[in-house]
Amino acid sequence: MSKKRVVHYINQFFAQIGGEEMAHVKPEYREGPLGPGLAFGPAFGDHAEIVGTVICGDSYFNENMEEAKAELLKMIKAAKPDLFIAGPAFNAGRYGVACGAISEAVKNELGIPVLTGMYEENPGADMFKSAVYIVSTRNSAVGMRDAVKKMSALALKMLKDEPIGASSEDHYIPQGIRVNLFEKDRGSKRAVDMLLKKLKDQPYVTEYPMPAFDRVDPQPAVKDIRSAKIALVTSGGIVPKGNPDHIESSSATKYGRYDLEGVNYLSKNRYATAHGGYDPSYANEDPDRVVPVDMMREFEKEEKIGSLYRYFFSTVGNGTAVKNAKAFAEEFSKELIEENVQAVILTST
Amino acid sequence: MVKEIERAGIPVVHICTVTPISQTVGANRIVPAIAIPHPLGDPSLPLEEEKAVRRRIMNAALKALSTEISEQTVFDVD
Repeated sequence: MSKKRVVHYINQFFAQIGGEEMAHVKPEYREGPLGPGLAFGPAFGDHAEIVGTVICGDSYFNENMEEAKAELLKMIKAAKPDLFIAGPAFNAGRYGVACGAISEAVKNELGIPVLTGMYEENPGADMFKSAVYIVSTRNSAVGMRDAVKKMSALALKMLKDEPIGASSEDHYIPQGIRVNLFEKDRGSKRAVDMLLKKLKDQPYVTEYPMPAFDRVDPQPAVKDIRSAKIALVTSGGIVPKGNPDHIESSSATKYGRYDLEGVNYLSKNRYATAHGGYDPSYANEDPDRVVPVDMMREFEKEEKIGSLYRYFFSTVGNGTAVKNAKAFAEEFSKELIEENVQAVILTST
Repeated sequence: MVKEIERAGIPVVHICTVTPISQTVGANRIVPAIAIPHPLGDPSLPLEEEKAVRRRIMNAALKALSTEISEQTVFDVD
C-alpha cells in the first residue's frame, strides 16, 4: 500500500526563514517535510508521509488573509494531499489564527481531513475550534513532542477512516458537538458518585460544563467627546526607555503606569517597546505609532476632546495569560473611575 | 483588558489590526489599524502623510466612542 500524502503548514519561524523581521514573507511551497514536520515522519511510519510544506509569514497571513489563503490553497491543491496538518502553533496568536484559517479553507475547498494544534488560550482556538479539529497543546514549543504525538495519532485515525473519539479521548479542543452514547452506569449513580467525590474534595469530571460566555455589554456612548477625559492604554509594550518596571517581553506578569505630564509626543529617545514577538523597529522609531500621544495632544488643542488623562497604562500582549490581563485592567480601571476618566482608547499590536 | 475596562463602566474603543481576534475576545467598539508592528502609523509614508493616517484612525476612534451601539461593531476609518 502506498503511503498517504500529507501537506504541512508552518510559519516563517518554524521554517527557519527568520523571526519577526521575516514575518512579512509571502506563501511558498517546499518539497518534503521541514522543521516540526520532520518529527511527524517516525510517528506516521509506513502509513503516511509529508510530501510538501507550505510556509507563510505570520504578519503576511493575518494582514492579507484572503490573498494568503488563495495562494496557499493553490499550492496545497497541487500537492494532491490526502490530509492537511497545520502547526502546532502553541500560544503564538497570529500563527494560531493562520493555522485555523488555512485548515478551515482546505477542509472546505479540497474536502480532505485537516487538523491543527494550539494552546487553548490562543485566539485561533476560539475562532476555529468548531470548524476544525484543534489538538490541545502546551503554551510553548517545549510541548512539541507531546503535540506531535497527539496530532499524529489523530491524523492516522483520520487517514484510516477510524471514528474520532470524544475530545477528551483524542485530545482535541471540544467542538461543542454532542454525540449519543450508552454509559455503563445510569445517570443517578453517576451523579451520586460525582457528588461524593466533590464532598470528599476528590477530582471529578463534570458531564455538562457550563459554557463560558464572557461577554460584556457595551457601555453607552460618550455624550460629549469634546469635554471628555480620555485615557490611553496599550498591549503594545511601549515603556520609558530602559523598561523601568521590567515588563516581560512575553507572558507579561505586570503592567506599567507612566506620566504624560508635559509630554507632547512619544520621543524615540525616551520611549521604546518592551514587546517581543513583533518587529519592534517601527515602534521604536516612533512610539506614537503604537500609543498616539501626539495626536491626542493635537486633539486637545483643537478641542476635539476634553483632555488626555495624565497617565497611560502599558503591558505586553505577547502570550500574556488572560487571567493576568484581566487583573491588570481590573486594577487600573479603579483609578480611571476615581479620576473620572470617561473613555479609553486601547491600542494593540 | 478591553472587556475589564468596559465591565468597570468605561466605554472603550479597541484599535487593532486583526479585528477578528478582537471580536473573538469580545471588544464592542473596534477600529481597524494599519499593521501589526505599527498600528497607528505607516513607515512607508512621509511624516506628514503618516500623521494624516493616524489622525483618520483616531477620528474613527472618537466617532466610535460617541456612537451608541447594541452589539459588537467594527467602525470604518474614513
